[in-house]
Amino acid sequence: MAKAFKEALESGKFVITAEVGPPKGVDIEEMKHHIELLKDKVDGLNVTDNQSSVMRISTLPVCQLIREAGGEPILQMTCRDKNRLALQSELLGAYILGITNVLSLTGDYVTVGDHVDAKPVFDLDSVLLLETIKGLEEGKDFAGNELTGEGRPTFCKGAIVTPEANPIEPQLLKFEKKIKAGAEFIQTQAIYDLDNFKKFMEYARQFEVKIMAGIVLLVSAGMAKYMNANVPGIFVPKDLIDEMASAEKGKALAKGIEIAGRMIKTLKDENICDGVHVMAIGKEGKVPDILAAAGLA
Amino acid sequence: MIVAERKPFEEIKAMIESCKKVLIVGCGECVSVCMAGGEKEVQILASQLRLAFEEEGKKLEAGETTLERQCDKEYLEEIKDKVNDYDAVISMACGAGVQFLAEMYDSKLVYPALNTQFIGVAEREGEWSERCRACGDCVLADTGGICPVAICPKGLLNGPCGGTNDGKCELSKEKDCAWTLIYNRLDKLGKLDNIRKIFPAKKYSVQTTPGRRIHEAFKEKE
Repeated sequence: MAKAFKEALESGKFVITAEVGPPKGVDIEEMKHHIELLKDKVDGLNVTDNQSSVMRISTLPVCQLIREAGGEPILQMTCRDKNRLALQSELLGAYILGITNVLSLTGDYVTVGDHVDAKPVFDLDSVLLLETIKGLEEGKDFAGNELTGEGRPTFCKGAIVTPEANPIEPQLLKFEKKIKAGAEFIQTQAIYDLDNFKKFMEYARQFEVKIMAGIVLLVSAGMAKYMNANVPGIFVPKDLIDEMASAEKGKALAKGIEIAGRMIKTLKDENICDGVHVMAIGKEGKVPDILAAAGLA
Repeated sequence: MIVAERKPFEEIKAMIESCKKVLIVGCGECVSVCMAGGEKEVQILASQLRLAFEEEGKKLEAGETTLERQCDKEYLEEIKDKVNDYDAVISMACGAGVQFLAEMYDSKLVYPALNTQFIGVAEREGEWSERCRACGDCVLADTGGICPVAICPKGLLNGPCGGTNDGKCELSKEKDCAWTLIYNRLDKLGKLDNIRKIFPAKKYSVQTTPGRRIHEAFKEKE
């Protein structure tokens, strides 16, 4: 059984998390397979919350499946679909199930997804959600009412940052608010340029927060170019695109795994950050190969 | 001003398909300025409807009038004598005007000709943009006169989301990121400390619909 994520964070070890994306539908065989494959190889498994505003199975039951399988879930919570009542009741519900790791996110806007006419909520934002969690830990709900009975919930609170955001200053201002609001760990948006990332880490090290670098598996040179052109806050340097393009036909994925592994190894060996969050979007089954390539398996 | 645009012609035509006489009522305020429901637009809609009916071998008598505004009873009363001559009224005011007209003439069918969009400003001739969501809890003093509630699609109060890119919004390269604008303006004003604090969540209780306000001087003495 996986050790508690919080314990892993506090132990000072190089922490590894990966991601499980709930499907749109009730066939969960593939997802269960991924959970089984990853649960003992990582310190936590993020469960995405209607990722990209596309309707899927909700996060809480999937977190519960991970727990039942002996893994350590990290509940992703966006502010897009739930107001302050729903967010808080979900947090309390998560806690009583033993799901205590929470990643606070704003959430993509509704129109980027598959229900473009849905009402966007955004009652709170990622900073206020962290404050809300802190409030519950102190025994008070958002409105200041006391929680009843004995005991208080405790969570391990996380948030995200985009080190390659342009401009970076407003992003860092929010990053600092997230830490002030109680974030204990930060998973970053995908990073590829380690020199840039080192600069970010020099700044981030002044705060008491664990930083986990976001690693997104490249599957082709085309994907890298696409992300550069279309995904905010992601920058794949030219040498990596060239390296992907240099792969023999049919070997691009293997090259991507090699690059991801190499990056993780550098981050760990050079003690650049506190861990990595590996996102192998649609290729979750390849995460063990990435970890092996990093010398971590 | 309140910015609106005319509904698609076919939708308006379908509303009054069975009518023989309709009165089209324009509004001389905001929707006149944004070229959606003023005197000129009343004329255009009336002509279009007459022609379309004629093409189908039907006859439509379309009356035209434009009031000073439709959100005040004193102006709505001006059509008191006319209204009874018609099967229905098409209001070319914003949603507020349509309702006030329908309330005063509640035995008459009243149809809206516009879709009311937002409270905004005229960027230049023929182009308007949203600036206020009437949230009832203004934060502009802290944000350098740029509203994160209206300009940011998510209405974020504590800084940009991760979707911001080169100062633009994740929804469109045409939209500015409100928080980049706010940051740059406050930086220029030397007031970045304004946004280092954590802004509390919006009080949605102050915007419970329907809103109502009574001026102090007009409150009944207890």
